[in-house]
Amino acid sequence: MITIHDLSKTFRKNKVLDGIALNINRGDRIALVGSNGAGKTTLIRCLLGEYVHEGEVLMDNMQPRLHRKDVLKKIGFVPQIPPPLKMPVGQLINFSAAVCDSDPEKMYAVSDKLGLDASKFKHQPFVKLSGGQKQKMLISIALGRASEFLIMDEPAANLDPEARHSFFSLLEEKKKDTAMIISSHRLDEVASLVNRVVELDQGKVVLNDQVADEVDMDSILDCEVRLLRPVTAFAKTIGDWGFVSDDGIIWKGAVAGPDRLRFLGVLSRYAGLLGGIKMEEEKK
Amino acid sequence: MKHLLLTAMADINESLRSRWFIIYTLIFGGIVVALFITGLTESRVMGFTGLSRTLVTYLQITMAILPVFVLLTTVRSVAGDREAGIFEYLLSLPVGLASWYWGKILGRFVVVFLPVVLAMMLAVVWAAIKGAEIPWGQVFFYTLMLLVLAWCFLGIGMLISSLARSADVAQGAAFIIWLVLLLFLDLILLGIMIQNGSTADTVVLIALLNPLQVFRTGAMMLFDPQLVLLGPSAWVILDTFGHTGYLIYSIVYPLLLGTLCAWLGYFFFKRGDLP
Repeated sequence: MITIHDLSKTFRKNKVLDGIALNINRGDRIALVGSNGAGKTTLIRCLLGEYVHEGEVLMDNMQPRLHRKDVLKKIGFVPQIPPPLKMPVGQLINFSAAVCDSDPEKMYAVSDKLGLDASKFKHQPFVKLSGGQKQKMLISIALGRASEFLIMDEPAANLDPEARHSFFSLLEEKKKDTAMIISSHRLDEVASLVNRVVELDQGKVVLNDQVADEVDMDSILDCEVRLLRPVTAFAKTIGDWGFVSDDGIIWKGAVAGPDRLRFLGVLSRYAGLLGGIKMEEEKK
Repeated sequence: MKHLLLTAMADINESLRSRWFIIYTLIFGGIVVALFITGLTESRVMGFTGLSRTLVTYLQITMAILPVFVLLTTVRSVAGDREAGIFEYLLSLPVGLASWYWGKILGRFVVVFLPVVLAMMLAVVWAAIKGAEIPWGQVFFYTLMLLVLAWCFLGIGMLISSLARSADVAQGAAFIIWLVLLLFLDLILLGIMIQNGSTADTVVLIALLNPLQVFRTGAMMLFDPQLVLLGPSAWVILDTFGHTGYLIYSIVYPLLLGTLCAWLGYFFFKRGDLP
């Protein structure tokens, strides 16, 4: 589906991408990881045809730069930093739907699933939305139109646990027919969503590997966390995940399947306080 | 075509919401209103004698403000949008680069041109209310001149935006260009150049290449066909071009210059990094 051959990009004398070679097929869900300055965003911009570069990027044998409209029609993109657009939400949806030959109602439907009633914000400038609302809107636009390739730069970073679960469920629906690149600084943020990891370092691919693909993106884990004593800071943190407790000792809640590693990462900060953890996948 | 119109509409809506547009509209509407309120249009002896005097004053003021306003707002918004990441997102949508670029120019042109023309129409309505004769020929030519002046500086603004990588650099370049054109407008500067040994041909050439000077002389010619106000240089203009010839030049030259700059801007935009 996508072939990247000897891709290099230089800004003045600084080589940001250095001879990248990758093949991406339908059904691939790639975690694109690497530290700041590794070249993730530059690679994404080359895939979107936004940068001129050396080497070759082909999507279904078409170059993104030369066949912009045909290539970009197939790509849904969620940027890491929402653009400071002053246009109202309704206008942004209509504009995006019109240029993508898509139905705006589908975008509204996705935003509903993510817990954002976009029709309520129709007349509000996009830039005035909160960080989480902006992220939901951009995801709604990317997933609310037909696409064969999704490029998402830290897409779930600003989402609450409930919206993350809805987002993962939406990805589950698309995973068979779509290739995905999910960019992140940290592998644990996206590990359970992907079946392949590509790590960049100083513009080069240093890891390109398949990973176990047994997590159902739509799954939910019932969790119980037992503490040795109540702690206010922990209560605040786990409260953000939607957990509740009567006594501040036993906390109960649900975690989206792909979020399990992230959740355990959060718990690890309080390792000394933990008396026990129980996680069980809900049966469908 | 659909994408071009969608981009133009998006740009128009974006501009209508911005603060610069409100200030811009108030300035041009305000100039016309101020001309009437201060009585500048009234002859001391005859009272309100017609629209020509108002229009020529309005045009002289517009000539100083319109170019710098068009240049600064264009480069600020285009280069600023790129810097803020708006290009990265909107250009990830399947819009052709030509539709995007020319759609942006079209939208901006409508927004820049409308308030100026509406202010002119306001003057016409005022004259009609006062019962003065309306010189439709002058109104038509002045409007056309404003249109090509706006287009010319919009083209220059888009070229600067395509070449500059940051909004600050773009703004600085725009301001310097405006300042240079304004300096070469100054008759004193032209006088010094002649004193320092520049040939008359060079001075005339500079005057003919400067779109501000071309606009100024063209506007003056409509009000004063023999260009008495301009002095001896009027002979060169009238001998070389003739009255109608210069009027045509004052429309065609800024139009071509703006188009050339806009096209060059597109050329650089298309072959470079977009965000």
